[in-house]
Amino acid sequence: MDGDEEGVVGPMGDEAMFPNGGGDGQQQRGSKAVMGGEQMDVEAYASLYTGRTKVTRLLFIADRCGNEGMQLEALRLAYDEIKKGEDSQLYREAASKIAGRLGPQYTLDQAWADSIDRRAEQRKDKLENELSGYKTNLIKESIRMGYNDLGDFYYAHGQLGDAFKNYVRTRDYCTTSKHIIQMCLNVILVSIELGQFMHVSNYVSKAEQTPDTLDPVTVAKLRCAAGLAYLEAKKYKLAARKFLETGPELGNNYAEVIAPQDVATYGGLCALSSFDRTELKNKVIDNINFRNFLELVPEVRELIHDFYASTRVGGRDAGHPLCHLSLEGLPIVGYLAEGRYASCLEYLENLKPNLLLDIHLHDHVETLYTQIRHKAIIQYTHPFISVDLHTMADAFKTGVAGLEKELEALITDNQIQARIDSHNKILYARHADQRNATFQRVLQTGVEFERDARAMLLRANLIKHEYNQRAARKI
Amino acid sequence: MDSVEALVAHVQALSGNPEEVSHLHSLLKQSEDSLRSQASRLLPFLEQLDPSKHSLGYLYLLEAYSSGPILREQASGYLLTVVEFINSCSAEQIRLTPDKFVSVCKSFKDQVMQLQVAIQGVAPLRTAIRKLQTSSEHLTTLHPDFLLLCLLSKCYKAALSILDDDIFEVDQPRDLFLYCYYGGMINIGLKRFHKALECLHNVVTAPMTALNAIAVEAFKKYILVSLIHNGQVPSFPKYTSATAQRNLKNYTQPYIDLANCYVTGKFSELETSIQTNIEKFQADNNLGLVKQVLSSLYKRNIQRLTQTYLTLSLQDIAGAVQLKTPREAEMHVLRMIQDGEIFATINQKDGMVSFHEDPEQYKTCEMIEHIDSSIQRLMGLSKKLSSIDEHISCDPAYLTKISRERQRFDFDDFDSVPHKFLQT
Repeated sequence: MDGDEEGVVGPMGDEAMFPNGGGDGQQQRGSKAVMGGEQMDVEAYASLYTGRTKVTRLLFIADRCGNEGMQLEALRLAYDEIKKGEDSQLYREAASKIAGRLGPQYTLDQAWADSIDRRAEQRKDKLENELSGYKTNLIKESIRMGYNDLGDFYYAHGQLGDAFKNYVRTRDYCTTSKHIIQMCLNVILVSIELGQFMHVSNYVSKAEQTPDTLDPVTVAKLRCAAGLAYLEAKKYKLAARKFLETGPELGNNYAEVIAPQDVATYGGLCALSSFDRTELKNKVIDNINFRNFLELVPEVRELIHDFYASTRVGGRDAGHPLCHLSLEGLPIVGYLAEGRYASCLEYLENLKPNLLLDIHLHDHVETLYTQIRHKAIIQYTHPFISVDLHTMADAFKTGVAGLEKELEALITDNQIQARIDSHNKILYARHADQRNATFQRVLQTGVEFERDARAMLLRANLIKHEYNQRAARKI
Repeated sequence: MDSVEALVAHVQALSGNPEEVSHLHSLLKQSEDSLRSQASRLLPFLEQLDPSKHSLGYLYLLEAYSSGPILREQASGYLLTVVEFINSCSAEQIRLTPDKFVSVCKSFKDQVMQLQVAIQGVAPLRTAIRKLQTSSEHLTTLHPDFLLLCLLSKCYKAALSILDDDIFEVDQPRDLFLYCYYGGMINIGLKRFHKALECLHNVVTAPMTALNAIAVEAFKKYILVSLIHNGQVPSFPKYTSATAQRNLKNYTQPYIDLANCYVTGKFSELETSIQTNIEKFQADNNLGLVKQVLSSLYKRNIQRLTQTYLTLSLQDIAGAVQLKTPREAEMHVLRMIQDGEIFATINQKDGMVSFHEDPEQYKTCEMIEHIDSSIQRLMGLSKKLSSIDEHISCDPAYLTKISRERQRFDFDDFDSVPHKFLQT
């Protein structure tokens, strides 16, 4: 769902994809039909983040979006943001990408870059001298702060590897849990930037193990970080759980890594693709905390509700009533709510282009989407003895032949217990005959046991020969 | 001359009862060399002896005779003599010198192969095996020769009675390799693929310290038969020798490529893979098997269809299995129905095939008997296993070895091993 615009932003009058977090002037749209692919408002998107991740995201969008207007917008915002910081390498990169297209204001200012580098050298020397001073004095707290400052310095200058090393070195000098938390959060930040999510998981658990109770914001941050690590590792179920456990205290406090809209999107999509119905209901739909996040991305909220509250008209259901209660509590009999799957899948398609521009989610989009689609199909066929393939194809807005191929793949994978009557285009549920199957298995086990036991006795005999030969040779 | 006659007289005199026979045995052993030196003139003496009563003496003379060169003209006469001897000799007497008996049979086999009348050798060797075996679980050196003759003469069925015996006792490991390899080939000829798989599996997983050519050839056939029977080649089980695991794959690369192509299920890829390596397959004499692998790919794909569809048009079957016309699909399906590999009916009017479930209900008398006999067999087998286990735990060598390891622990903790065995 899109928020209506107060003022048109961007060169093409785009509609906002993500309304501003904490946005008060934006209206929420009600449940209307979904419009075709809206383009992302780069500026609104970028305003959700701060620090290095803002720049990285903008550069990523510029690389991937394929639309020159958007690309230039992203690059311009990135340039402005970089100039506020001290990373000369990133500055050069952004300038070369702009390649002069944005006018003389946005070209490579060599003087600025050089002055940054010079200042960096000076500051580095100063910090290192201070640190060696502290080390000779052996004051733990000063050494810790010295390393921390060095880490901050390297981070600001884009030398992430060195930043990481220095942050890790503060570990030995941490005395209170507050120090440990600070160290862990720093390391997590750098590791996410570096893409080394193993370290992220490690340090999240380290932080969670501190004896003091953590404040809710930190807890929320750690949960998000853990969720991101699981997402990268393709463990969607665990990622979903972590995102769903994130408290609403997160707000904008972790804008250097993740925005609350992202928590909603990642959590929602991962949950849809990996949870079963009960878990979906308990952890997502009935989850009051998560509802706060979902309000920020109404599309994801709608699509989850559509997926869950599906009625399945159009199959022969052996006497079961054909009605199903929707979430609003209105009985819907014979209502065209079988279109629920279609609308859910449509929301997904509309979200797709923007999700492909997200640095964490882009390479998981395809997998998640396929999994969600499969889940939808399985859920659709589950309660029936027979399903007419034409009706089902309409519900999923696809052709019968394509649907048949998808069903065939799912049946071969053993996700659906059914068989296809290709002549009449009907899907029949099929329940294996337990008794026959048991007999078959029993006979098979007997055969295998016999074969293996005989082979074993034979081999034992051969080994005995070898042993006898060796014994004979010794004598 | 005299010594031979004297020997013959001894043989005739001393073949009455076991003590005399053992006395005779020692006499015969002493005169072995002299017999050998007069090999060519022994034939007439053989006629004086009766093979059933004087088996031991006859055997010695016969063996000495066959150790010398046998002339072409005498060959068929020789064969007849041997056959008669084998058929009528007494088993206890020949078991006193099994190696002589084996060498006679081997020279018999060589002669038969030289004259290319392998089929004449099949029945006599089978009788010979039965007489030489101490029990039906015993593998003699004659087993592989027998199977070789069956293969050469294409009398596969004659080998069945020997093949169906379970082997638990082996004289020579090398015999086992050859026996299992030939046995696998015969089973392939009889299209009993699961039994062939068992035999070849035994060769591949037998304990061996050095790789031998038999294992390599057996592995090649093993891959092909696995593909035909199961659709995939299983990985080596844990008990395979390290030598086999490391080295077998190096010698059988074309077959491994074939197996990988097969698993993808695409007919055209499989064909190209076969074409590239066709000379190698031909050189190994495996081309027939390879062709069977090719046709089994269709069968497997059609069988997969039966799991997902209730009815399917012939057109769709042809498309799914990559056949060219629905007519070919119909022929394949028809053949599979006839062979009992799938259960279906073809509706020619609509061009539809309906797949059915396996009609076996496991309720008939035959099925009950089948299950019952399986249970009996398995109970026998597990009794055998437990008796072997008991036997080994009483074996002194085993106990000494265990006690050596137990020295590490306190004597008080483990007192089930008697002290006698604790001194090594």
